[in-house]
Amino acid sequence: MAKNTSSNVFRTLDVDQFNEDNYKEENDTDPAALGPNDSLITSLLAANKPVEALTHLLSGATLGIKDQAARTASLTLAMRVLMAIKVSQIDDAVAQLDNESRDVLMKFIYRGFEVPNEGSSAHLLVWHEKVFTVAGVGSIVRVLTDKKRV
Amino acid sequence: MTTIHKFGATPISCHAWSGNRSELALSHNSKDVTLYNAKGQGWEKTAVLDQHDLRVTGIDWAPTTNRIVTCSSDRNAYVWVKGPDGQWKYTLVLLRINRAATCVRWSPEENKFAVGSGAKIISVCYYEKDNDWWVAKHIKKPLKSTITSIDWHPNNILLAAGSSDFKVRVYSGFIKEIEPKPSATPWGARMPMGNLMTEFSNSPNGGGWVHAVSFSPDGSKLAWAGHDSSISVADAANDMLVMKLKTNLLPMCSLTWIRPNTIAAAGHNCVPYTFIVESDAVKLGSAMEEDKKKESSGKTSAMDLFKNKDKLGQNELETKLNFTHQKQIAEIRIVGGQKGDVDTFSTCSLDGKIVVWNLKTLAGQMKGLKI
Repeated sequence: MAKNTSSNVFRTLDVDQFNEDNYKEENDTDPAALGPNDSLITSLLAANKPVEALTHLLSGATLGIKDQAARTASLTLAMRVLMAIKVSQIDDAVAQLDNESRDVLMKFIYRGFEVPNEGSSAHLLVWHEKVFTVAGVGSIVRVLTDKKRV
Repeated sequence: MTTIHKFGATPISCHAWSGNRSELALSHNSKDVTLYNAKGQGWEKTAVLDQHDLRVTGIDWAPTTNRIVTCSSDRNAYVWVKGPDGQWKYTLVLLRINRAATCVRWSPEENKFAVGSGAKIISVCYYEKDNDWWVAKHIKKPLKSTITSIDWHPNNILLAAGSSDFKVRVYSGFIKEIEPKPSATPWGARMPMGNLMTEFSNSPNGGGWVHAVSFSPDGSKLAWAGHDSSISVADAANDMLVMKLKTNLLPMCSLTWIRPNTIAAAGHNCVPYTFIVESDAVKLGSAMEEDKKKESSGKTSAMDLFKNKDKLGQNELETKLNFTHQKQIAEIRIVGGQKGDVDTFSTCSLDGKIVVWNLKTLAGQMKGLKI
């Protein structure tokens, strides 16, 4: 056997980029990375108004930001808000949101599942159940199909 | 009321009715198309059309001229004509594509048909009398990915194509050799062959393959179903306004207009739904079937109940869905009436059944049915 079959570095090469038939993603310009007003949300959290903080967070969230640091920052903020809302308040909080915000909330919930902290997943599961009862499987399908991630 | 027609247990991927609705052509996700004739309560197999080498992806039956066109993953399309002896004669159509054909539709006047393909090309084919063969003209720009569905405008010229690049496009399929120049429509005035009239994106968030497109009966609106569980309607008469409804359901795979302002759509939910189109929004109507919850037999003893809870985690083993169809619906086709004034329509599904839905009797039976 030839010597070079022992190396499988070739598996890391992406041959699809050399195919002319490739589907080229439309490179939309970065959306104005003006995320939700962070200071407003933190002040609302401090003032013990987490439900309002949630409404601000979701209506202000921009999807499709390419900068990873900005995305992680927005996720951390979202997790803080979600954890701050007690289980008993979740129902009202979800009922107040409109459909767009519920979709964004479901996207944050799934992103939150990706980076579990202590006890966060259990709380997120309750959130997931409450949003699912209102928004149905459609919102979960949109988490999977929307190209612009939160 | 629904009439259920069973054709075995293999999935039915596509089907088409003959003009007088007494014959049915369907394909079981294979390279054959089977033709059935209605006989009493059941169906009698009359012919098997098996010229294709690979899976048949689309069938369409022209009601007036009685021609069948089939397209397949083998990059070919065949036009089948019934001879005087009752046998179906085929003609190969060279589509000149190098990827699979995905969907096919006869135009309203049945003098041409359009085939969508994975080669990012739509082939519009017409019959050339001099050479006695079908010529294909290509629409290429600016398609970026596979065409998943096609629908013709009632004026026989315009063509809507939904694609997996998350866009819906309206093209002109005008063939100057066989038809006169069309008059202006709300979609545009200049219609040279292959001209892109308009393009719609499925979602501002970027995603969702378009599974089905359908022009409204008067041609002024265009509806499509996206994989992001949404139904959208674009209104050309209203300045290309796009009304989108993000549903709570699983995505729809096929849709058609049953009234001038009502759409019937079906897909992964295994039951058709109606959607009402208002002047500025699309609203969910209702499901065409109620959840038939079976009463528990009552004979299960307490011991069985706990036994099941221990073994299965639930009270009873429920393997059947509470709907007529047990698997997702692949296609909706109009049976009685025409687009915009439908009496009955059929759905074919991956559970091997074709179910014919009668809107009049359903409206009488189901109190909540919104049409």
